[in-house]
Formats: sequence, C-alpha cells, structure tokens
Amino acid sequence: MEILILLLALFVLSLFLGVELITKVPPTLHTPLMSGTNAVSGITLVGALLAAGSGDSPMLVNVLGFIAVTLATINVVGGYLVTNRMLAMFKRK
Amino acid sequence: MSPNLINFIYLVAGVLFILGIKGLTKPKTAVRGNLLSALGMLLAVSVTLITINDVDYRYIVAGVVVGSLVGSVMALRIQMTSMPQMVALLNGFGGGASLTIALAEYFSKLGVAPNSMAEMLVPVVVDSSVFGVGAEGTFALIAIGLTVMIGALTLTGSFIAFAKLQELMKKSYGLPGGPTGNAILVIAALAAVVFVAMDPGNMVAMMAIVGLALLLGLFLVMPIGGADMPVVIALLNSYSGIAAALAGFILGNTVLIIAGSLVGTSGLILTQIMCVAMNRSLANVLFGKMAAGGETVDADEVYAGKVKSAQPDEVALMLEIAQRVVIVPGYGMAMAQAQHAVRELADAMEAKGVEVEYGIHPVAGRMPGHMNVLLAEAEVPYDKLVEMDRINPTFEDTDVVIIIGANDVTNPMARESEGSPIYGMPILNVDKAKNVIVIKRSLSPGFAGLPNPLFAMDHTLMVYGDGKKAVVEMTTALSQA
Repeated sequence: MEILILLLALFVLSLFLGVELITKVPPTLHTPLMSGTNAVSGITLVGALLAAGSGDSPMLVNVLGFIAVTLATINVVGGYLVTNRMLAMFKRK
Repeated sequence: MSPNLINFIYLVAGVLFILGIKGLTKPKTAVRGNLLSALGMLLAVSVTLITINDVDYRYIVAGVVVGSLVGSVMALRIQMTSMPQMVALLNGFGGGASLTIALAEYFSKLGVAPNSMAEMLVPVVVDSSVFGVGAEGTFALIAIGLTVMIGALTLTGSFIAFAKLQELMKKSYGLPGGPTGNAILVIAALAAVVFVAMDPGNMVAMMAIVGLALLLGLFLVMPIGGADMPVVIALLNSYSGIAAALAGFILGNTVLIIAGSLVGTSGLILTQIMCVAMNRSLANVLFGKMAAGGETVDADEVYAGKVKSAQPDEVALMLEIAQRVVIVPGYGMAMAQAQHAVRELADAMEAKGVEVEYGIHPVAGRMPGHMNVLLAEAEVPYDKLVEMDRINPTFEDTDVVIIIGANDVTNPMARESEGSPIYGMPILNVDKAKNVIVIKRSLSPGFAGLPNPLFAMDHTLMVYGDGKKAVVEMTTALSQA
C-alpha cells in the first residue's frame, strides 16, 4: 500500500509540473509539442517489453505483448523523427 | 541489476523527458529538447531490456523491427500539410499500446489464456489477491479496467479522427440520443470495470469493457466536424497520456507515470486553449451543434450587390504602395499547398520595402500550431508568425490584409451580432485594416455555415480562384511592377 501512495504522489506532482511546463510552450510550437508528446507516450514500450516477454506465458499474452511493442515503437520512432523534422524547420533562419 | 538502480535510471529518464519539454518552450532550444527526450527514452528502454530475463525475445525483436519500420516511413514520408493525420494515428497507436499492455497483464496474472471465444465465457475462479495483496489487488484491477477502457476508446476515436481529416469519412454520424447514448456507454463500461474488480475471473466482463470502449470511441468522434478537429486531436492526445500513466500504475512503473501524466496534461491544456479560442465549452464541442439557436442569416441579403472582386494584378498594385501587410492563413492554404507561394509573395513585397507579418488564429487549420508548421516549412522566420492577441491591435495601422483560406476566424459577426452562433468567439479583427483582400474559391460559408459580412464590406476585395494560383499571379505582377 505504501508503494501505491508513493506512485500516486508521483502522479499528482507530475500533473502539476506538466501544467507549469506546457503553459510556457508558445503556440508556434504546439504541433511539434503534440508529436513530441506522442513520442514520450511511447514510453509504454517499457511496459510492453515487460508484458511481451515472460517465456512461459500463454500464447495470447505473447501476442498481445507483440502488438503492444509494435504500436509503442511506432510512437517512439515516428514521434521523435517527425518532431525532429519539424523543429529543424523552425531552427533555420 | 538491483531494483533501486533500475528505478534510479527511470528517474533520470523522467528528468530527461521534463527537460525535453522545457526545451520546447523556445524555438531555439527545441531541437536539443527533443534529442534530450529521445535520450531519456533510449535510457529507459535499454535498462528495461537488460533487466527482463527469461523472456521470449522473438516477440520483442519482431515488434521493434516492425514498429521502427512503420514509424520511420511514416515520419519521413508525411507531408507537413498532413501532420494532423499523423498525430491522430500516433494518438491511436498510443492508446492501442496501453490497451494491449493492460490485457496482457490481465491474462498473464490470471494464469489462464482462453484459446477460443467459448472458453472465454467460462469464468475462472480467482480472487483479487493474484493481482496484489488486499486493497492493492482491487486497485490494480481497477487500473487495468480503466487502462483498457481509455486505451480502447482512444484507439477507435483516433482512427475516426484520422478518417475525417483524410476526408475518407465526410458525413457525421452519431448515436441516436447523442450525448445520452454516449453517457449510457460510459456508464456501462464503468460498470464492467467494477464487475472485473469484484470478480477478476469474469473474462466476459473484461471483454465487455473492450467492446463498449471501442464503440464509445467511434460514437464520440463520428459526430464531430472538420473545424472542431483541433479540439478532438488535443483531447485524444491527452487520453493516450492518461492511459500510459494508468498502465504505469498497473506495472508499478515510475517512468510510465511521469511521462504519461506530462502527456496527459499537455493534451488537456491544448484542448482548453482550443476551446477558449472558439469561445465554446468542451461539452459543446463534443456534443453540441454549432449552428443551434440564433436567427438564421440569409447569405443573399448579406452579399447582394455589395461584394466586389479584383484580379491578382490589381491587388499587386495595392501591395506595391502598401507600407504594412498582414497575411492571415487558414486551412484553405493547407488544402491548396500554397505555403511556399505565400512565402514568395511575402519576399516580393519585402523586396519593395513592405513590412509583412502573419496573423495566426489559434484554431486556424486542423490542429494546434498547424499554420506555424506549414509556414516554417516554407522557411518563414518564426518571429513573423504573430499570435492573435498581439496582431489584433496592429490591424488599424495595416494597409492591406490578405486572407487566404480562412473564413470563420475573421467573421465580424462574432464581435457584433449577439444572436449569432459564433458570437463571443475571439477573431482576427482584419476588418479594421485599410484594405482587405480575400482569396477564396467562392462565397460559400465556412464550417459555422454562416455568411461572412466581411466579404461585403466597402474596403474588401474578393479574389476568386485557386489560392496558390492567385498568390503566384500576385507575386509575378508585383515583381514586374
């Protein structure tokens, strides 16, 4: 139960931090912000890796894990690449 | 590796994500921010790969290879005008990932995996203790149920948003009963979550959450039309983050919670900014009908005999003697792929000593910041892209405003006509400028379905035709003048 409370504290504090950070992002960068956060939400890849594996799991779990790894990887790779592509356009003058 | 070290590295990854978003607060530091964020991801994924043992790597390798391939092709091929579609798809994949993680965790803890639908109908006798001790077990089950629900509705909702943006789906369909029908789906799905929490072996209830939430995603987004898409995309962005944070609770994983809540708040704040920019509540965007109420305004009455048109070369003569010109782009500029042509026109004007700026309404385009990205692609310096609040006071000192592909965000009825459905929406006060040029195919109404009195004003000239062609002709005429 103690761990749960700690996780909850982390969650609530991250929400407040998120509000402080995001409100400072200028409208010009809102599209890269969205694709960049898409990439960050690909952090589910960590969860997917933990779910995909376990050697003695039933087939169904492995298949679900495979789908999760695939989708999360698309988000990570696609998200960071496309954000970088866009931001490079803003950088040049 | 010790669990403490792993968690410490996850913390470092979380900090890198935060620094990454902080980098996005300035165009100059944004590229570095994105790289820091990617570094955090690499760190978190690598440490996870090292720690998992006794795993079947075939599934992992296959997933990473397929995902990297699809992701990089999408990212490198996508046109900047289609960014809203790309983000819609990524939102959907994020939701789908959380959904499948939660389901995998559920069946894995349950210890049984049904091989057929028939087996799924037979409940397994387990109590919540396999998911955690005492209250923790119940909490874990609720977290699984909610992750499944939000993940599933984000998945289907995002695909519908994609279909609408790609114009594969042009009509709007809704549940009979509208909001009531959706509310019933939400309550039913939540009830199924409670069932699963009380009776974890009840796989039918788990499948019911999946089914109901998939339907909910469809019916939430299907009734929503084009110009409201910025709100929908931002909201689904937020959902994909919330689903990731909830998945973090299921797995007791700190970095998922930090990253997920950052994404969740980002989407929510963007949603709110979009709603404020349209002077509508979120509920009104999701369930409301835009043109409900208000007296209907007859377009013929507004336009009759008052609309004047001009040819591009006549406009060029006006531009040549202007001191300050503001360009107001809208979704039509994206449709016509006219961003490069617009930049060239601005270059030609600047060569003649004209001061040029761009006025960007927050909901111009199909997603937050859409116009900015298009113009950045055309190499317009970002300091020339001016937000609504800063550009509005300058219109009185502006000689010519060129509107390309924007309509409702310039409609003075939002300021003046109290009965109008768009009354109160903040607009770009382009009618205060000395001359207004509107490049448009016809006098057809915008998304709000309203005539725009701006088009009939004395100082407004309509340039009919394809946006790109008209702009190119103006540039040519101006350069030769």
